[in-house]
Amino acid sequence: MIRDLHEKLINGEITSVKLTEEYFQRIEEKDPQIGAFLTLSRDLAMEQARLVDRKIEKKEKTDLLAGIPGAIKDNICVSGVRATAGSKILDNYIAPYDATVIKKIKENDGVILGKTNMDEFGMGSSTENSAYQKTKNPVDPKRVPGGSSGGSVAAVAGGEAVWSLGTDTGGSIRQPASFCGVIGLKPTYGRVSRYGAMAMASSLDQIGSIGTSVEDVAIILSRISGKDMHDATTAESFGKKYEEYLDGDIRRLKIGISKEFFGEGLDEKIKEQVKKALDKFKSLGAEVKEIDLSHSRFALPVYYIIMTSEVSSNLARFDGIKFGLSINDRVKSDIPSGYAESSLLEVYLDTRKYGFGAEVKRRIMLGTYALSSGYYDAYYKKAQKVRALIRKNFENAFEEVDVIFSPTAPEVAFKFGEKTDDPLKMYLSDIYTVTANLAGVPAISFPIGTVGNGEKGLPIGGQLIGKWFDEETILKAAHQFEINKK
Amino acid sequence: MLSKEEVKNIAALARIGLNEDEIEKYRKDISSILDYFQKLNELDTDSIKPIGHITGRENISREDRVEDAGDIGIKEILKNAPETKGGYVKVKSVF
Repeated sequence: MIRDLHEKLINGEITSVKLTEEYFQRIEEKDPQIGAFLTLSRDLAMEQARLVDRKIEKKEKTDLLAGIPGAIKDNICVSGVRATAGSKILDNYIAPYDATVIKKIKENDGVILGKTNMDEFGMGSSTENSAYQKTKNPVDPKRVPGGSSGGSVAAVAGGEAVWSLGTDTGGSIRQPASFCGVIGLKPTYGRVSRYGAMAMASSLDQIGSIGTSVEDVAIILSRISGKDMHDATTAESFGKKYEEYLDGDIRRLKIGISKEFFGEGLDEKIKEQVKKALDKFKSLGAEVKEIDLSHSRFALPVYYIIMTSEVSSNLARFDGIKFGLSINDRVKSDIPSGYAESSLLEVYLDTRKYGFGAEVKRRIMLGTYALSSGYYDAYYKKAQKVRALIRKNFENAFEEVDVIFSPTAPEVAFKFGEKTDDPLKMYLSDIYTVTANLAGVPAISFPIGTVGNGEKGLPIGGQLIGKWFDEETILKAAHQFEINKK
Repeated sequence: MLSKEEVKNIAALARIGLNEDEIEKYRKDISSILDYFQKLNELDTDSIKPIGHITGRENISREDRVEDAGDIGIKEILKNAPETKGGYVKVKSVF
């Protein structure tokens, strides 16, 4: 879609100003139902669009992404624009700088429409944990869009943005992409700088792209990846253009499958579709081979120990002193009265009591417990050991295969409220996605079919996991699947 | 199952104020998730080294050079602070 729009812009069939206005109009019409956006950055977008139109008019060279409107998850900072991360504790926070990915998007003249809804600080699998609003799945408004990047994914699926950025700590891009029938990519840990993205679990967090075609997702990745001195985990990417690696057949591509991804809890109808997708890959010349990822069955508990531990540390910065909600700050917040001038400790306790939602508090406390004296060895250290075993599984597997295929989620989009009472039940929605974050490898979710639910059906996502820093191969395989679908 | 006192202690360490109902709720929630974590005990990891950085990077260094950002951003940063005084963030006395 990005390439088509780019051609039209260059040919003068459309202007970026017209295109951007059209998307704002779509948001005005559709978003009261979908609820994907928290803040619109209309002034910024129109200014960017006008600049692109002037460049095109003057026949200056413009990037593929130039003038094409997208949306940004609300935990990524855009200078001068409100950034809440879905939390009341940042209700009045205006980002004072651009995240590195935003700087790069702006350098390529990508137009920024606004900021999208999410589970508070990325903690959730349905976007129901946003302190602001519910986001509906554009495929079926009775169902959740998945999470935590539910707003970014729903915006793209609902036609309110051409592309979007999300963050993925345990599946937060891929699981909603699966639920809404679009494409979502979590790059390798270190491929994209997280500077300016609000940290949730720093050893797992990664920024990635969402779009309606594999090519779009690749185009965005090319523009946001690379080394950044502000994020020491990043690696050099040598200006690679991922969209140029999609063509060609996938004959003799070795696809690994593991029984750990087809176990208990997987919907039979999804299993069927995954098998069909494998047959499709085979018909395109790929070879399918069984591999051993046996330690993946421990991935979910390992993930929840490591993630909550890092959450407890990262969210200590929200203390009511430096920014965001403060119990002393009743002018801008709606804190109940009766909290008179208090000591420093009370500022902390009360600010965090009223600023954080239930799931965030639960995870901070779990992590605090796991890291506390006397429990550290039994939880955090143990989890880091099992994580080493999970990584070893992948190292061995990638000696035999090029990519690994699995369902993205064990289920299709569920209904609102179905899992909100039982945190563990919600956590299980990430069972097939967390492994890639623990191992640090790239993974993409793309539509492989639908099940039931009337005419349109509910989308099912397939997941391809690749080797470290080998986004090309999973993008190419997903692209070949996409264009040979029929 | 965690005791009420244990939950209160965790909340205090985490600097989160809780009321009685919440203490009871989190007692149940956290206990059941901690039980789930026990699954890891099925695995003997005595000889395993815990993982460090997942893609194996270490000791990222750069030249020790000051980059003067001037006063750009100070206004924007202070705008987000609940209380300021003379161009600084105001903090309550610790003692």
